Amino acid sequence: MMELIIQLISSACFILGALLILSGGVGILRFPDFFTRMHAAGITETLATSLILIGLMLIAGWGLVLFKLVLILLFIMLTSPTASHALAKSAMHGKLTPIIHNNHSG
Amino acid sequence: MNKHTISLFFLLAILWLFNSGLYTPLLLALGLVSVFFVIWLSLRMGIIDDESQPLHLSRKLPAYYWWLAKKIVQSNIDVVVHVWRGNSSISPCVATLPIGQQSEIGKVIYANSITLTPGTVAMNMESDSVLIHSLTAHNMEELRQGEMAQQVNRLEM
Amino acid sequence: MLIMLAIVLLTVMFMALLRALLGPSIYDRILAVNLFGTKTVLLIAVMGFLFGRPEFLDIALVYALINFISVIGVLRYFEYSDNRINGSES
Repeated sequence: MMELIIQLISSACFILGALLILSGGVGILRFPDFFTRMHAAGITETLATSLILIGLMLIAGWGLVLFKLVLILLFIMLTSPTASHALAKSAMHGKLTPIIHNNHSG
Repeated sequence: MNKHTISLFFLLAILWLFNSGLYTPLLLALGLVSVFFVIWLSLRMGIIDDESQPLHLSRKLPAYYWWLAKKIVQSNIDVVVHVWRGNSSISPCVATLPIGQQSEIGKVIYANSITLTPGTVAMNMESDSVLIHSLTAHNMEELRQGEMAQQVNRLEM
Repeated sequence: MLIMLAIVLLTVMFMALLRALLGPSIYDRILAVNLFGTKTVLLIAVMGFLFGRPEFLDIALVYALINFISVIGVLRYFEYSDNRINGSES
């Protein structure tokens, strides 16, 4: 019974993670300029990654495998803002001007 | 030997033990040697201090992480909705916001939290302000109201 | 379930590659490559579970490290470069 519940939760995590990752992929193709695409990449790097790794953790059970999954999650969560910030900063130095929307009703 | 060095030692030792998974005398000795080598390198570089081992924050960090996780989930859903509704639903904007945090580490936590939540990215940091790009005007307004800044301030005290 | 996840990951990796090919600026390409790297880490981890070989996780961990360092390294190289490589933003 317990195992079935864990299976169900991890499957739910996988489905949600897959949907979010797909949204990020669509966003990176669809959005108009670099800075907005960066936000779309942000979805897949925070919540989608966490959901998929948490789903894997649930089916892994206790042990070294669990520790390694936690380590991968921690590492991605620590490095992704650094990489995003470095990208945004160098894009700004590279004189890339973001599209700015003035109409607040949109 | 201060507390930061000891904390780094335990961190590295745990990292080695759990990543190797093999507990023979040779490998354990090699692990000890590499841990001391890394500590020696860090001491030489002078990077063992409050910033690399923020021990004074460790009691308050879990509450902050919990708040940040909820925030990340919220803003993720927000961005996903904008992805599927298309380009007409977004209103990207750039603004400079002041930073109220005093310590360096407080500023870093604040800017990193801004970048970690989808929808807002910290583009450039000065000593007392941060340049932010946001996906929608609503995101920027929310940040301007300063709930995140308050949470980081609470962490700092 | 794991197979479905692997297929979705491969699809998104293909989308990231498409963005890397389309550009238009060098930063779009670096962003796409960074995304591709993160997805690769996840794909390796999922593959490890799919084949019942948890050793794959070590490779995923090392790949995550290399991905981060290489993105930062490439950005260092392009951060203060001139305008010619940026391409025109449409």
